[in-house]
Amino acid sequence: MLKFALVGNPNSGKTTLFNALTGSTAHVGNWPGVTVDKREGTYKKGDTPVDIVDLPGIYSLSPYTPEEVVARNFILEEHPDCVINIVDATNLERNLYLTTQLMELDVPMVVALNMTDVLDKRGDRIDVKTLEKRIGFAVVEVSALKGDNVEKLMDRAVEAVKTPRKGTSVLKESALGSAISNAEIALRLKEVEAPLFHAIKLVEKDAIEVAAHPAEARAAQAFIRENLVNDAFHGDTEAAIADARYKYITKHFSSTLTRARKLDYEELSKSDKADKILTHKWFGIPIFLVIMFAIFHMTFSENFLYLGLIPAFGEWCGNISESVVGGIFFSKGIHSPGIVLFNAMELLTDQIGEWLALGLEGLQANKVIVGFICDGVWGGVASVLSFLPQILVLFLFFSILEDSGYMARVAFMLDRIFRRFGVSGRAFMPMIMGFGCSVPAMINTRTMADEREREATVRVIPFFSCGAKMPILLAVSGAIVQAFGVGNADVITYSMYLLGIVTALVSLLVMRNTTQRGEASPFIMELPTYHLPGFKNLMLHLWDKAKHFLQKAFTIILISCVVIWFLSNFKWNWQHVGYITVGDEEFAHTDLSILASLGQFIQPLFTPLGFGSQLNSNGWVFAVAALLGLIAKEDVIAAFGTFAACLATSFAGVSEDGVSEVMIMIQETGIGAPALISFIAFNMLTIPCFAAVAAARGEIGKGKFKWTLLFWVFTSYLVSTIVYTVGQFVWPVAVWIVVAALTVVGIVLYNKYMDKKDAEKKRKSREEV
Amino acid sequence: MKLLSELSIGERGKVTAVNGEGAIRRRLFDMGITPGAEVYLRKKAPLGDPIEIALRGYELTLRKAEAAHVEIE
Repeated sequence: MLKFALVGNPNSGKTTLFNALTGSTAHVGNWPGVTVDKREGTYKKGDTPVDIVDLPGIYSLSPYTPEEVVARNFILEEHPDCVINIVDATNLERNLYLTTQLMELDVPMVVALNMTDVLDKRGDRIDVKTLEKRIGFAVVEVSALKGDNVEKLMDRAVEAVKTPRKGTSVLKESALGSAISNAEIALRLKEVEAPLFHAIKLVEKDAIEVAAHPAEARAAQAFIRENLVNDAFHGDTEAAIADARYKYITKHFSSTLTRARKLDYEELSKSDKADKILTHKWFGIPIFLVIMFAIFHMTFSENFLYLGLIPAFGEWCGNISESVVGGIFFSKGIHSPGIVLFNAMELLTDQIGEWLALGLEGLQANKVIVGFICDGVWGGVASVLSFLPQILVLFLFFSILEDSGYMARVAFMLDRIFRRFGVSGRAFMPMIMGFGCSVPAMINTRTMADEREREATVRVIPFFSCGAKMPILLAVSGAIVQAFGVGNADVITYSMYLLGIVTALVSLLVMRNTTQRGEASPFIMELPTYHLPGFKNLMLHLWDKAKHFLQKAFTIILISCVVIWFLSNFKWNWQHVGYITVGDEEFAHTDLSILASLGQFIQPLFTPLGFGSQLNSNGWVFAVAALLGLIAKEDVIAAFGTFAACLATSFAGVSEDGVSEVMIMIQETGIGAPALISFIAFNMLTIPCFAAVAAARGEIGKGKFKWTLLFWVFTSYLVSTIVYTVGQFVWPVAVWIVVAALTVVGIVLYNKYMDKKDAEKKRKSREEV
Repeated sequence: MKLLSELSIGERGKVTAVNGEGAIRRRLFDMGITPGAEVYLRKKAPLGDPIEIALRGYELTLRKAEAAHVEIE
């Protein structure tokens, strides 16, 4: 089967063209070793099917970003039969810059000239015939969005495959032409594939090439020193080559574009006008906050548009919500789309669970087997599935913002603030999304350019307390107020949110100065023209993400849930723990389980956090609840319900807000208020739920993943210890201040040392060249 | 001579040289900031940094620290 590679700039409509070519056959994976999406699909409309590989969006074949290296290696090593280079006609010069590099490779090529319809509207015109003649291979006008001319493009590409093509370069006539020819001859003698491409990279002093052909590189540099010292660039070949490319493009290629009116930056297009408001000096950030609020409102609000505040309407909604279907859409007001989908999914999973139970009881199945299938397997899957609607809704909004070009502006507006913490403005959106759900937030860190920066961001996302952690906050803080008469539940809740944010920012600072050290990545980014995202693209994108999440839900997450279920339902002798009935509810006797005894075993570890050995023999409940929270964080409070049934005779059944369950835990274990707050902090900051862990694993390099888990455990342990010791005894404040001061001094000294080492390394490598 | 980071809003200039090294310098070239390119400072971010410039018919944002590598006239 023929294999074509799609190559082009970001925002050139490459993915849209890919979708138009491959439709539903596309599948998404990862390029080996890097977290860069790999899309592959089949084009079936031609005489023979063609395998299409969508390479990452790049501006150049430089060796600096993982995207560039992936694209370069693919073309050089996997030998596609043809390269389809998509070029945005509205941004001709910069797009053709990549074309001038691609044409240096010995591979058949076709240019897909996209968005000429936008040019037509402006009255501008490109003389395609002349451009084609000058470039030396087919140029086909297409509209990726409308699917126009896509078949013609593929026909020309299939035709191009028939005649092998040798690389051509626009640099041959430049001052460096002779140096390039010499290097090319040397490489040809060495029987290197694509000698022209490699020769140019050698002259350019491209790090990858110089390492691959050191002798030829030295010869090329010697030639340049002897013959070209007096040119305008003083032997700075990288600058000279970039300059020569752009000069050639303006002279021969982009001159085929005739503009209806002269290019005038002061004349504002529609997109510029919108931008003027959206990134306005005073209104830009407030507008952004309103958009964020609207997104959260549409995803999580049970009182959409606050219509429920109208008394008569609210009452009407309340009445309707009594019915099963009504309950999906109404409670005290109309539900937001996110909540409607959430409720519908919950109804569905509950129903399936009930059918399963009925079916198994009909088969006279053992109670333990019913429990295993309904609670262990299905319960685990259902609790993960219940996140799916809101993940997708959040994701949809995020994709709309990204595709429309607004997200780049958000990064532009907020970069100044986040640079202080060692990350770019790009990190902000994922962090804010963390308040909704960590899963889409982590997946969306893909838009960040720098690997270290992205890893640091993924690690702190769970600290932005998500919706599922809310029940823990409400129940425990409610119980603290009731049991100890201290404080106010709202104040405790808000300060915990604040604690999460502060921990995230401090962790970012520490990581970017220690383990995730590295020069701040350049923030040199295109601000694409605003445009409406295409519906088909959005849906395909969403479907990809849903598929990916479901695959994980039914593999890693399912296995983890089953293991936890087994541990909490069986004794060491492989006997089931048995059941206890309170009212009409049945609970497993978890206090006798393997998990409970493991909890007792590790209980002393939590002594510095306030819920360890200082509690009585029932103190294991907190450690075990935290473990059960790995399935889904709201399960922490559900676990307290089960423990209450096992341990206390006063337990009257599960309450709506979980406060009474926590009250029973307080009575049965003798835990105090500072330790309870430390318990909240621990659950907020420690390893997030399995779904988020799986998402993090997809976004973080393999070797770094175990460190990420360790980072979560360590951070939660440290912060909770600080919270408890300060809350309980006050005087440790002094100790922690000293520790913090020493840490800061240590990090500063370490950085000075490393800076010195880096500077030395740089000097040495420069001397070698 | 002036640096790109010193332009004020609405001002234009022609690139004369690009300093700096490594990835940042290459990136500037790749995005079309080469000697002779005309640039126009469209706006600054709400907090004064980064800046947004128009060149070669498109919009580019970069930090002032990066723009300080670019000499213009």
